[in-house]
Amino acid sequence: MTDPEGAFPDPGTGTGPGTGPAPAPGEAADRAVAGILDAVVRPAPGAPRGVVVDSPPGAGKSTLVVRAARELVDAGERLMIVAQTNSQVDDLVDRLASKAPGMSIGRLHASDSRPAPEALRHANVTAKDKVADLLEQDVVISTAAKWQWVKTEQPWRQAIVDEAYQMRSDALLAVARLFERALFVGDPGQLDPFTVVGTDQWAGLSYDPSSSAVVTLLAHNPEIRPHRLPVSWRLPASAAPLVSDAFYPYTPFRAGTGPDDRTLRPGLRGDGSAVDAAIDEAAAGGWALLELPARHTVRTDAQAVAAVAATVRRLLERELTAHSEQGSAPLTPGRVAVGTAHRDQAAAVRAELARLGVPVDPAAGEAVTVDTANRLQGREYDVTVVLHPLSGRPDATAFHLETGRLCVLASRHRHACIVVARAGIPELLDDHPATDPVQLGVAVKFPDGWEANHAVLSHLAEHRVRL
Amino acid sequence: MSLLSTLARLEAVRAQRAQPLATVRHRHLSERPMVLVPLAAAGESGAPLAVLLGTDREAPRLHFVPQPLNRTQRWEFLAAVAREVVPYLESFGDEVELLEGSERDPVSGEKVPVVRELCADAPQLVVPNAGGVSHLALLGRSTRFRRTVEDPDPGEYPSPTEVPLLGRWLTHLTDRAQVPGSSLLLAMTGLLSRHWATGQSNLEDQHLAARLAWHLPPAGLEPPAVGAAAAEWVESARDGDGLLLHPPAGPATDPKFDERVLAPAILRHDAAVAVRERAEAARDGAEVRRAAGLVEQAHAELARVLLAATLPTWHDVWRGLDLLRALPAAGHLPDRWEGDRWSFTMHRDRVAAGEPPQPRRDDAVTAARKLAQREREQARLEIQEALDDPLAMAERRLAGEAFAGEVVDVVPEWSAGRSPKPRPLLVVRTDDRPHADPGREAHRAHAEPAQRAEVVSAAPGEVVVRLLSGMGRRKDPEPGSVPEPGTAVVFTLFELAPRQSAPLPEPADTPWTHGGPPVAVEDAPAGGDEWE
Repeated sequence: MTDPEGAFPDPGTGTGPGTGPAPAPGEAADRAVAGILDAVVRPAPGAPRGVVVDSPPGAGKSTLVVRAARELVDAGERLMIVAQTNSQVDDLVDRLASKAPGMSIGRLHASDSRPAPEALRHANVTAKDKVADLLEQDVVISTAAKWQWVKTEQPWRQAIVDEAYQMRSDALLAVARLFERALFVGDPGQLDPFTVVGTDQWAGLSYDPSSSAVVTLLAHNPEIRPHRLPVSWRLPASAAPLVSDAFYPYTPFRAGTGPDDRTLRPGLRGDGSAVDAAIDEAAAGGWALLELPARHTVRTDAQAVAAVAATVRRLLERELTAHSEQGSAPLTPGRVAVGTAHRDQAAAVRAELARLGVPVDPAAGEAVTVDTANRLQGREYDVTVVLHPLSGRPDATAFHLETGRLCVLASRHRHACIVVARAGIPELLDDHPATDPVQLGVAVKFPDGWEANHAVLSHLAEHRVRL
Repeated sequence: MSLLSTLARLEAVRAQRAQPLATVRHRHLSERPMVLVPLAAAGESGAPLAVLLGTDREAPRLHFVPQPLNRTQRWEFLAAVAREVVPYLESFGDEVELLEGSERDPVSGEKVPVVRELCADAPQLVVPNAGGVSHLALLGRSTRFRRTVEDPDPGEYPSPTEVPLLGRWLTHLTDRAQVPGSSLLLAMTGLLSRHWATGQSNLEDQHLAARLAWHLPPAGLEPPAVGAAAAEWVESARDGDGLLLHPPAGPATDPKFDERVLAPAILRHDAAVAVRERAEAARDGAEVRRAAGLVEQAHAELARVLLAATLPTWHDVWRGLDLLRALPAAGHLPDRWEGDRWSFTMHRDRVAAGEPPQPRRDDAVTAARKLAQREREQARLEIQEALDDPLAMAERRLAGEAFAGEVVDVVPEWSAGRSPKPRPLLVVRTDDRPHADPGREAHRAHAEPAQRAEVVSAAPGEVVVRLLSGMGRRKDPEPGSVPEPGTAVVFTLFELAPRQSAPLPEPADTPWTHGGPPVAVEDAPAGGDEWE
């Protein structure tokens, strides 16, 4: 694989052609991964007990987790893995079981829920609701919520915490007794954990229970220096620079593919409508802004919802083909997602799509995914259609301005992203500067949602199609 | 803001009158509450100026600090407040219920029966607004560590003995006020906002008098009126001297009042005190007597202006209580009030056991425990409000989280297996549009015992569910456990009991990710003073 001597975090000592000013993306990524695996599997004496990896969207976080798990198990470790949601756990079990058929995997689940069939179809996966039945497994995977209830005499030496930035500090407090060392992997640009009750009295404390697990961990273990994955394999060349500049200004990353590696071609010509023009714009440039006239609307803006649904229907009707480094594939419903800010908006889009005859029920076969930003975290599609969180709103609240929400919505696609919005959002932003109180001891988060929203909008303005 | 509360606001604008957001009262109201109207001095955060308090609507009692910057006077004020508030709080500690339970013996590990005391009732403080709660929290923080003459090392400025005890109670009550649905310490504006919508913004609703002007004509407005104009009048009308006709509810005072009325009165009081001190130094008996008269006069003048600044708000709080008492109590109030009684009883026991005051900051485990408790109570509150109040349930139905309708058909079916159990299908006709995907769990509201169901299919106007539990142990359902056709039913897609919180480690076992066990820090370092 890679030479551990030349590993991250000192890129200058690498060998081969990568010693030039800019190593090829693959090489830079390999080097970063090798450095991380070294720190996790072969820690130096006295090294900190935690390894933190910041991963931008689509930078191979899941691949890293699978590789780290395999190497740790190969080195004779028993391993526990903590993920945040049941679907994340099932995804990870499925991936791990296919990549490492020789590894025994325990899927610990709640007594009142069953894991997904994709996770259970593998011979090397055992699913139980009691940890005592899984102690012999090489790897035991569950959600943070389930791990909190686990009582065991035999703690694990090694843990991997996946999507660690989505995990709340109090959840880590409850599970940290189960392991000695841990690899924390996550995307710092996505949605922060949240709570519906007041937590102001703990703002500024290093262990504020409502903050992210990684923030608490780093505050108490300042010797941990986060590693970074420098290349996004998901985002196309048209999207990586924008997402990197807008949401990761101090930890930039780049696309793993060049501008010509990914193309999206419609099989049928456009019918001259604005929706088709937006699809053509997105196919050509990776982005499109389908803009409706300015208006204040209720959350489930019927016209915007109709525009989203019409866009999805035309995407599927026009027989698009996605060409990429992985080959060519037709754009089918399973490769398209719609992202919204609120659940009622997702429900309205789903209802409208069903009315247009577009499949939205995954139980009935391949379907378009329609969901909120929270639930789209960690997912990947060829084309996404996004209902802008600020579209039609009379005000810009902290919820709608949250950087992570926009970042998730703008970074799910491999080829193109079409944003549907009412005109007037820049003016709305200018009317609503952030007014959140500044709390002593709380690090100011850069970029703030206001700044990031403006950055994305000014880029989208170059790809505007008016409805 | 939910669709229903937006609608209520719009209707309030049209009717120019507050509109109900609830059909029942969702917070416990004590029969003997203590109302407090606190005022803070401008300039110094949390410096008390005055408080009008009492349990008798006709007999409010005013306490104030004649010179708010004078620490000695501040301690005398706090001691006087403590002598009113602490006996009121402690008066609820005597009458107890005895509850039998069991406890694990720490040595043998066996369960041993114990009898625990639970106070039969608990105190209730009512302040005008959220600012009042924060002000009491500040007072609690600044007083609970004070040393008194009873301390082994009383320091240079020992405070009266009642003061730290008051601080511990205020800290406990303001902390408890953070728990959703709790009622030991209530803010009147919050109570009114939960039960009625006005035609003004949430920010404007924080002004107690302006809020009330949507219910009742404000005192002094001619001709009497309610609605936006009355709210504006009560908020901004000034007399010839530029003073507000209706003083703000505090703790901040009107700057014009500070400048024109309060500051001159304090100055006169200071001057009279200075004259008295000079006379005392000169041992001039006649002059001392004259100066004492001046001090008394200035003191009475301060009392007069401060009473005038708090009395209207005092009446507003009681008028708010009248409005709320007119609503029937929600069904789950005794359940939640019992939580408040436990909270009160446990603090009473901690004080009696001589435990130290609450620490300055929560440690990692305590903070996480409190957050878990608040989240659990928030979930419980939302569930109980929906079950207690058709209007609250209507909000959930509009959000697609519940549906109400009429059973039009019951298809008896049984589970497979050796001992079949009843699994009847209910066809429910409903105009609601729930997010009821097939396979989703549903719960029948008001079912006793609890009844779980599963959505089988959902079409506009009709939802089919299969009942899964709550029908007894036999092959045939217990009579009455399956609704007959024609019965009105409500199903929720959310669980009807809050989830238990996951266990957390003991503070001594705080893991390395959170800095390890907390280091014992002396909470009241020698000579330290929270005021500085």
